[in-house]
Amino acid sequence: MYEYFVKRTGQAIFTAFVVITLSFGLVRLMPGNPADQLRGQLIRNNPDLSQQEINRRVENYINIDYSAPLHEQYLDYVAGILRGDLGRSISQNAPVSEILGQALPWTVFAFSVAILLMFAVGIALGAIMAYQEGTRFDVSTTGIGIVLNSTPNYVTALLFLYVFGFTLGWFPTSGHISSQVVPVVNPLRPVATFQFVADAVYHASLLIAAVVITGFGGVALAMRGNSIQVLGEDYLRVARLRGLSDTRIALRYVARNAILPMYTGLLLAFGGVIGGSAILEQVFTYPGLGYYIVAAVEGRDYPLMMGGFVLITLAVVVGAFIADLTYGLVDPRVTTGGDGS
Amino acid sequence: MSRENSNSVGAFADDRGGFGTVSESSLSRLDRVRRLLDLWIAAPLRVIWNDARARIGTFLVVTFVLVGVVGPWLVAEPRVGQAGLLVGPFQGGIVGGSWYELSSATVAGVSVPWVALNWPLGTDNVGRGILEQVVHATPRMLTMIASAGLFVTVLGTTVGAVSGYVGGNVDQGLSTVVDIVLTLPGLPLLLILVALLQPENPIVLGIILSLQGWAGMARAIRSQVLTLRSTSYVEAARAMGLSTPAIVAKEIVPNIMPFVMINMVNAMRNVIFASVGLYFLGLLPFNKVVNWGVMLQLAYSNGGMLTLDAAHWLIVPMVSIVLLSMGLILFAQGMDRVFNPRVRARHSSTAGDDDEAEDAEFNTPTTSVGGGL
Repeated sequence: MYEYFVKRTGQAIFTAFVVITLSFGLVRLMPGNPADQLRGQLIRNNPDLSQQEINRRVENYINIDYSAPLHEQYLDYVAGILRGDLGRSISQNAPVSEILGQALPWTVFAFSVAILLMFAVGIALGAIMAYQEGTRFDVSTTGIGIVLNSTPNYVTALLFLYVFGFTLGWFPTSGHISSQVVPVVNPLRPVATFQFVADAVYHASLLIAAVVITGFGGVALAMRGNSIQVLGEDYLRVARLRGLSDTRIALRYVARNAILPMYTGLLLAFGGVIGGSAILEQVFTYPGLGYYIVAAVEGRDYPLMMGGFVLITLAVVVGAFIADLTYGLVDPRVTTGGDGS
Repeated sequence: MSRENSNSVGAFADDRGGFGTVSESSLSRLDRVRRLLDLWIAAPLRVIWNDARARIGTFLVVTFVLVGVVGPWLVAEPRVGQAGLLVGPFQGGIVGGSWYELSSATVAGVSVPWVALNWPLGTDNVGRGILEQVVHATPRMLTMIASAGLFVTVLGTTVGAVSGYVGGNVDQGLSTVVDIVLTLPGLPLLLILVALLQPENPIVLGIILSLQGWAGMARAIRSQVLTLRSTSYVEAARAMGLSTPAIVAKEIVPNIMPFVMINMVNAMRNVIFASVGLYFLGLLPFNKVVNWGVMLQLAYSNGGMLTLDAAHWLIVPMVSIVLLSMGLILFAQGMDRVFNPRVRARHSSTAGDDDEAEDAEFNTPTTSVGGGL
């Protein structure tokens, strides 16, 4: 286990390092050199700046001093990121870390709720389908699951926005809270806090619904497959012969063994869905991470773009790292070294 | 059953010397061709025909390929102002409407009755036919999907097979690369790469969008190869002195085909979702290129959300995306059964033991479908 821990930590650090290097390379390879572009922009907007001031500003924005030798540029860039300095956004004219720091909680909130709901619904449904294998319920649910799973979540999002947002007017069509709601999370002011949370959930509900509707089918099908496999195992027959209660068999034997393999899937889903947040947040004009990345790409705002990329990627790398380390807690076979090579 | 049969048929053809005394009766050339045809064409078709999902999937995929290949010739190219603005679908009613016209066309000098379509699915806000746009976007879509599928399959199987077969340091290195690629969140990287490269060519676009897709396949193939390497029948084949290509072709490939199909289709599906999404965000270059994502974007930004008049403009590309990706998934599941030797045996007329495992087919676990985008 110790050896595995060391190896996994090393891998996580190496991945983070690769990501940062990749982002550095991408900035350097950008066509039309972002630094020159920025320099031109600065000269146009403030004609009375001296050359030196402009150079300093450019470095301040993109964290790379183009006059230094390549390896120094790289080391400076990495050091900057490690200090949490991601440069300064051109279009928003604020530090990138600040903008993304404000956006991150919203993305994490909306998508964690969505993914947890998606897995809860999918797992429950998949288990029922497995128990009723071959019935009309199973067949029709499988069909619906495949259809929903073939739908990109932004298509569902557009439909929801059209029907529930614009046509029926039941849900807000943009933003993450209403303008009159004060964002407070304070146990001393329960009413205001409740209002804030309720409003946030209300604003995120269409987005959450879009993720859940398109995602639960895949989870349900996977759970169904796993459960059917477990239901055919010998130890289950033994458990029945021992006269264990049906609930105990269903929860301790079937559910546990069927859900375990999906744990990593859950964490991979986090990465995939948060990565795919860009399109959804754009559709709902929900100012989270993805929204800012798209805005940055559209406005050629390189610092914000690379900052968003680095932040999302590091978040996913850390998530996967935690997942792998905690997998031993969920699945005892890993810690006892059964097949955890 | 039929698979083993095929091996022996093949072995007779290729293996000169060897164990020549297995059978006294030899097949005539015609017989052998007939058997091969039956094995590779008739039996798969029978499997597909007997499975509802495979039937629907094949039908959808074939339809889309037909639309992509023949469609652009049959349907007029969408042009601005070719019809009224925001004409509804099936103008004038499904029956007797003005959206179709019975006329005649001349094929090779003979006049045959023909139905001319006039914007059957309506038009957008500049008067371009919706059906026309969807049809003319299909070839590029299919090219992109095909190139992505090919890229993912080649790279994924190669890396996975090498990693699993060679082992040692090579395996360690390749596995690390695969792990890293798998953890990178796809879309942000794609956003940046696409902004950087501005790919117009559908083949290039397909490859860029599937830059991550191969890793999942490599991992699946690696674990399969690791398992297969040590199975007794592969060892037996090696002990018999069969060449590595022969072992790979006859023992390994049929076993990893389902994994290849599922991963390939998943990668294709992701490429469809990602490309349409990126076109929707307006991040991919398009000037005269029609694409379903561009249609969605235009419909969304030009008030398709606010009025019912433009609903068809929004819904038609959505339906196309869903049908294509559903067709691919169902097709892959159907192929899973085609490659499954137990299912095939039931449908193969030459290998005549039909009583084998009547219900085995129903117990094969359904292939799981991955999560969202």
